[in-house]
Amino acid sequence: MNLLLFNVIILIYLLITLYLGYRGWKGTKDTEGYLVAGRKAHPYIMAMSYGATFISTSAIVGFGGNAGLFGMGLLWLTFFNIFVGIFIAFVLYGRRTRKMGHNLNAMTFPELLGKRFDSRFIQYFSGLVIFLGMPLYASVVLIGAARFMETTLAIDFDVALLIYSVIIAAYVVWGGLRGVMYTDAFQGTIMFFGMAFLLIMTYSHLGGITAAHQALTEMAHLVPENLAKMGHVGWTAMPILGSSWWWTLVSTIVLGVGIGVLAMPQLAVRFMTVKSSRELHRGTLIGGVFILFMTGVAFTVGALSNVFFYQTQGDIAINVAKGNADSIIPIYINAAMPEWFVYIFMLTLLAAAMSTSSSQFHTQGSAIGRDIYETISQKKGGSSIMVTRAGIIVAMIVAVTLGYILPDNIIARGTAVFFGLCASAFLPMYTTALYWKRTTKAGAIAGLLTGTFVTVFWYLFIHKAEAVPLGISKMLLGRDLLLTDMPWPVVDPIVVALPLAMLATVAVSLITKRMSKEHLDNCFRGMK
Amino acid sequence: MGLVLSMLGIWDPWIWGVYILCILSALLCVIYGIINWNKGGEEEAQEIIEEAAWEMKEEEMEEKELGL
Repeated sequence: MNLLLFNVIILIYLLITLYLGYRGWKGTKDTEGYLVAGRKAHPYIMAMSYGATFISTSAIVGFGGNAGLFGMGLLWLTFFNIFVGIFIAFVLYGRRTRKMGHNLNAMTFPELLGKRFDSRFIQYFSGLVIFLGMPLYASVVLIGAARFMETTLAIDFDVALLIYSVIIAAYVVWGGLRGVMYTDAFQGTIMFFGMAFLLIMTYSHLGGITAAHQALTEMAHLVPENLAKMGHVGWTAMPILGSSWWWTLVSTIVLGVGIGVLAMPQLAVRFMTVKSSRELHRGTLIGGVFILFMTGVAFTVGALSNVFFYQTQGDIAINVAKGNADSIIPIYINAAMPEWFVYIFMLTLLAAAMSTSSSQFHTQGSAIGRDIYETISQKKGGSSIMVTRAGIIVAMIVAVTLGYILPDNIIARGTAVFFGLCASAFLPMYTTALYWKRTTKAGAIAGLLTGTFVTVFWYLFIHKAEAVPLGISKMLLGRDLLLTDMPWPVVDPIVVALPLAMLATVAVSLITKRMSKEHLDNCFRGMK
Repeated sequence: MGLVLSMLGIWDPWIWGVYILCILSALLCVIYGIINWNKGGEEEAQEIIEEAAWEMKEEEMEEKELGL
């Protein structure tokens, strides 16, 4: 590998990124510019930024690696990513979010909900859920980027983590959301071409679409015994209905991540950055195609890597990766692709990670500055931007620290946890905020608290993958899990917490007093 | 099981079905975007006026707070 050439490519990439961050900084004069890019973003910038933020290294490396382990069943997540994450999100949520965000002059996701329900508590509590819940997700994205830099560039993992974070801090702290979105759109474009090449080269390498799938289908007898016990019956088949892998796939991956996207604060805020519904219509087109080329390609190629490894090394992907699913995609790229593509793909992953990280830090910073500090201290303007910037830096330090201490195989799980938490805590309140005028302040708060606490309780005491390593149940109750009968230890919190939160929102709303007509008229002004 | 239809080299209908569903859902986004390409820009002018007024208000507030 020509390290000099590669370093030049990375340098050019970083210079363009920093230049776009600088453009963002130049264009930002006030709070509105810093938090919602002045509400005048171009549809291409908005849609690419939404897509690039949505799709991180975690989706490509973490979930792609999981597809290498478990197969093409993960494509159900791609379907949800496109249909729910883009179509439903833009058409049913985006337009109303944009309009209501404008009507209430809201600049963050918690602020929109807080103003809609006339509750400061909702705003700062939501800000707190984001500030405390997001570091895990932010950290796994960092790990994904640093792992790839480690494998490809032979740089020390810890050094890679540090360099990466300092560069992002530079443009997020100064450039605000405008800087974040400009760089996102640039990074999204690189991602699109990188993934398109990856798909074409993988299929052509394996002899075409049908031949590649056929070869993978015929490998079903190679599934290791421990995976077969979990319900794995081959890489082109769904796991056995009701098996532990079936539950993980359907409840954690497909539902948790697939639906959770609707209530992701860093994505919902994007809807408030455009000036009319027209931009959102155009964005739907761009976003749908973009996502198909992101997770669709990652999951297909991840699964097909088994064929490549079997043909060249006589073993399946997870064995070649020595049991760590997070390494499957990096090893595959390095082994199967021509050298020039390794450079391109490295850049793709760096772009994917940076575009997601930047928004995560921006969202955590605005949660602290705008949603917590401003609402509690009641000070507006200059000082809250300072707190936002400080919040961004604190969030980065926390994520980097976590990056050093988190274990292997964590990337996909860390992502799923935050998506699931957002879905249960925010989705009932967010949906009813946009569509059901009868929802009351008390109802919204009931849903928010139910969703948050049931999810946390479930992770600490019932869901095996988190409860056992965390050890809090063991410490308090003397046993690893509260419920040990199948399928409970493998049922994701979202399956329980989301319906309960929805029920709480509706039930409490129906027994409490309606919100005033003037307030509702103001919120829903200009909506059919 | 000889009757089960195989598509694109995949036997399980849940898998080839979702493979096709992914492509169809992306197409849905494309068609929706094309049909509505120019719709929805009507409210723009009024909103810009409102936002300009808010901006003025915010600046006033900031000046007051910072004592400029």
